[in-house]
Amino acid sequence: MSESQLTIPDIAELEKLALELRRLALKIIFQAGSGHPGGSFSATDLMTALFFGGILNYDSNNPKDPKRDRFLLSKGHASAIYYSVLAKAGYISEPDLDSYRKINSGRFLSGHAHPKTPGVEIASGSLGQGLSVAHGIALGTKLNGYGSKVYVILGDGELQEGQIWEAAMSADKFKSNNLIAIVDYNKVAQDNITKDLKDLEPLEDKWNAFNWDVHRIDGHNMEAIMKVLQLPLHPEKPRVIIADTIKGKGVSFMEGKTAWHGVAPSAEDYEKALKELQ
Amino acid sequence: MKDAATRDAYGQALVELGADDPRIVVLDAGVSDSSRSKKFGDKYPDRFFNMGIAEADMVCTAAGLATTGKIPFATGFACFLLGRTMDQVLVSVAYSNTNVKLVGTHTGLAVGEDGPSAQMIVDIAYMRAMPNMIVVQPADWEETVQATRALIDYEGPAYFRLGRPKVKAIFDSSYKFEIGKGRVVKKGSDLVIFATGIMVQESLKAMEMLEKENINVTLVNISTLKPIDRELITEMAASHKAVITAEDHNYIGGLGDAVGEVLLDAQISKSFKRVAVRDQFAETGTGPELFEKYGLSANHIAQTVRDSL
Repeated sequence: MSESQLTIPDIAELEKLALELRRLALKIIFQAGSGHPGGSFSATDLMTALFFGGILNYDSNNPKDPKRDRFLLSKGHASAIYYSVLAKAGYISEPDLDSYRKINSGRFLSGHAHPKTPGVEIASGSLGQGLSVAHGIALGTKLNGYGSKVYVILGDGELQEGQIWEAAMSADKFKSNNLIAIVDYNKVAQDNITKDLKDLEPLEDKWNAFNWDVHRIDGHNMEAIMKVLQLPLHPEKPRVIIADTIKGKGVSFMEGKTAWHGVAPSAEDYEKALKELQ
Repeated sequence: MKDAATRDAYGQALVELGADDPRIVVLDAGVSDSSRSKKFGDKYPDRFFNMGIAEADMVCTAAGLATTGKIPFATGFACFLLGRTMDQVLVSVAYSNTNVKLVGTHTGLAVGEDGPSAQMIVDIAYMRAMPNMIVVQPADWEETVQATRALIDYEGPAYFRLGRPKVKAIFDSSYKFEIGKGRVVKKGSDLVIFATGIMVQESLKAMEMLEKENINVTLVNISTLKPIDRELITEMAASHKAVITAEDHNYIGGLGDAVGEVLLDAQISKSFKRVAVRDQFAETGTGPELFEKYGLSANHIAQTVRDSL
């Protein structure tokens, strides 16, 4: 991880890359005829910073390097952006993405990721498990003497799963300061806005009560994202970054809309969206 | 050889095997004193994670540990270890194919007085139905120790089914446990019993009674319920007049079904009876009392043999 602050042109580069990744993710959802654009776009800027802002230590030519930092996408339905990022990072190729959600997918690009795809650590698809898995990795890499950092992106909706809070207690108990959870707080779940489905607030107070090192940022402000990701680890507490995001960020007619949780765009909407993502 | 509960043998085996193998880590869900994983924790505190009463978190934490090259033994009372975690086991263990060993103690009606919510009788069915999962239930001390070692050597998800009460020693150190292999414990001629876990001991008791009536039964220990020893089951069923299965588990989805599937596949048509829990919840009472009342005791096995001949 680079300790130096990124300069403004670097930030601009990351923002440009984030747009490109959104276009790529939307393209593969459009081609597949199904997928989850809303939750992919809310997480895009966070994942762009992690993978391309010098935060994660990884080598896509050696995806099983025991010293690597880990990334987990617990909200596995955002696989379109995940695979797009993995392609950009060199784990898979861009042509591989054409088999997204299709039978006989060469790189096993299932609707929810699986470790058969290079760069993927664990299967996802059932919400609420990723924080525990990430914590297990954080414990294991410490035992192995590496103490790699383990980043996991959680959806806000999945914080309604009780297991998240079991894991929150565990990471506190074991002082797993190499565990960094990022809440993609886009305020919208499949059925309803999160607040009405089951309100998470006061969310910072909850994590504080579980004794985590709590930060809150605008999850679409690349400078703010980089700044918080560049912080040195807390000496003993696990860290949570609550990132306020917008579901469908970048496409005006998708933003904040429950309807865009899990549908592919029509040809017309796809063209309209691409124009906005330039 | 030792008369002791399989959970005791497991605790002891972990301590011994853990000495030379830093890959072994043990997790428990707040019952380590009863599950005997505490023995490992006392000896190797850095590699022991008591996750508290949070089985879902424990199973997924174990999966994460496995991805770093560790061999996690996630231990707990079977009822809660599996009852609360089918989704976690399916996604983070079985589907992800992580090298996690799920160790469920306190299985079956043998648990006794704690009642039906603590008597796990559906776990074999759960785990047999799960792709990538193997299922092992040892019958005594020696087999438990050897099976623990075998599970370390085996790379992949496994369910290890252990019991609460003391059981008699059946095997000595000349026995060689192998995943996927059954074992003839005693050779008779009239009929074959396939038994698993504590029911091996119960079957031996029944056979003692039957010998006085000049009925000589073959007993086969099926300690790997999946993948099951098709070859041995086919051979034994073909060479005997009748087949009985014996398990401390519901009769749906357990050993009886597994053996029945083998017989159907092999087109072997024989008298076939299952000694098992009859798709009902039991009640409180001692293990032996429940075995008598719910049809699992040596008396019931002996009567089932008589009825089959």
